[in-house]
Amino acid sequence: MNISRRDFNKLVVSGIAGATLGIFGSTADAFAAKNRVVVIGGGFGGASAAKYLKKLDPSLSVTLVEPKAAYITCPFSNWVFAGLKTIGEITQTYAVLAARYGVDVVADTAVSIDAARSTVTLGSGKVLNYDRLIVSPGIDFKWGAIPGYSQSIAETKMPHAFQAGSQTELLNKQLHEMKNGGTVLICPPANPFRCPPGPYERASLIACYLKDQKPKSKIIILDPKDKFSKQALFRKGWDRLYPGMIEWRGAAAGGKVQSVDAAAMTVTTELDVVKGDVINVIPPQRAGKIAVDAGLADASGWCPINAVSFESTLHPGIHVLGDACIAGAMPKSGFAASSQGKLAAAAIVRLLRGKEPAQPSLVNTCYSLLGPGYGVSVAGVYKLSSEGIVEIPGSGGLTPIDASDDQLNQEALFARGWYNNIVNDIWG
Amino acid sequence: MPSKLKILLAVCLVSPGVFSASMDAFAAKKKTAKSAKVAEVDPRGQVLALSCASCHGTDGKSSGIIPSVYGKTPDYIEAALKDFKSGVRFSTVMGRHAKGYSDEEIHLIAQYFGTLWGKN
Repeated sequence: MNISRRDFNKLVVSGIAGATLGIFGSTADAFAAKNRVVVIGGGFGGASAAKYLKKLDPSLSVTLVEPKAAYITCPFSNWVFAGLKTIGEITQTYAVLAARYGVDVVADTAVSIDAARSTVTLGSGKVLNYDRLIVSPGIDFKWGAIPGYSQSIAETKMPHAFQAGSQTELLNKQLHEMKNGGTVLICPPANPFRCPPGPYERASLIACYLKDQKPKSKIIILDPKDKFSKQALFRKGWDRLYPGMIEWRGAAAGGKVQSVDAAAMTVTTELDVVKGDVINVIPPQRAGKIAVDAGLADASGWCPINAVSFESTLHPGIHVLGDACIAGAMPKSGFAASSQGKLAAAAIVRLLRGKEPAQPSLVNTCYSLLGPGYGVSVAGVYKLSSEGIVEIPGSGGLTPIDASDDQLNQEALFARGWYNNIVNDIWG
Repeated sequence: MPSKLKILLAVCLVSPGVFSASMDAFAAKKKTAKSAKVAEVDPRGQVLALSCASCHGTDGKSSGIIPSVYGKTPDYIEAALKDFKSGVRFSTVMGRHAKGYSDEEIHLIAQYFGTLWGKN
């Protein structure tokens, strides 16, 4: 069912009211000055929004606040474990956004947001004024959710590797130092979490490395869930490519992790104590700290938004994108964040001109690689209905379970093309 | 809150149309030169087409194995999308996407990309 015109207008009105507050809430020079949009976070959501704001309206003043000089993408970071990508090949910078698109890239941390005054305070003490603010902070981990696990354990013994970079390198180093015949434990969280197929692509590409270099080794996935993303496709691929190497223990098999012991290198589940030579713990998550601190998250730890423009339903004038927001049927993926970033940019350009945003349309496309010539994908096209963001019936879905070897190989090739184009569409 | 602002807010909340009209007039006065530079595109077509760029490249210019959409005619793009949607044309993933759009939306997407090359 399509959303009615009346319902759509109701959603838009909150956006227009936000625009009004944004303009009249700031000083009298708002009319004279360029409209100012501040973007917090230079990942898939924030960088997409910053680029497309300038592309769609070069007259805007767009400031991107991102403390890191370079962004290492989580998508394709699992490829590092199979030796198919280097960290350098998945590192993006902000040089093109600044030079070609005129985005003011500020290498600083946003430490607080004052929604009433429409200001952002940076680590340096500098205060930025905005007419519209975009918050795209990604995830933070719920440290303390798993007894025995902590940030310092993650940084030394049991990496999560769900924010790419030094964590990816630590896990990769541990895999390279592991003996032939070792056991790798992967412990994914319950839903919702960043990149739902990520832990299972990781198992596949670690197996790809182990089969070649350390074939007596084994991977055990200890999972609190009864099912997982692309499950049938992964299990079929594992049987074909890595028979006997990957064991998945779901909730029914006592896979839920109760605690970990970094000194003993063990994981305690509901049924037993499992010893690992390499242990990858992916803890439960919530919206990035700045979003939680600014009161943009609800009791779930994630941020409710109005899907017309991804404007917060808690603080008008602030838009929340990507993994941090609650986007209905859309998964927490880099692609989804970029789709949301572009939609929000188009909506903000219209809102700042006092016009209604267009009715939203959103997309997700995620490739997972099981081996160098074996790719699978999930696609989704989304619209706004009276129930929020829903997938359009009859569209999207998975690679067919009976896909030919040729199709699987094509998907692996398209995965590479996907990466090149999406990172260029965002940072290039 | 000053009473004038309250009234203005109330007007805006009741009738976004009034606000839009006044803002349009304001924008026309202040930003004539800049507004003229921004292409007059169908906002719905633009939102639909922005999704395509993630796989097909910004403005539909692909740098790798995925085909470019840029430089193709509106008729070509519309026919291709309809063939992917019906399954007449084989694809790995494109058919799954095309099924998410009505014929009217496919037309808007084709118009957006098919006329980009003339504007740039």
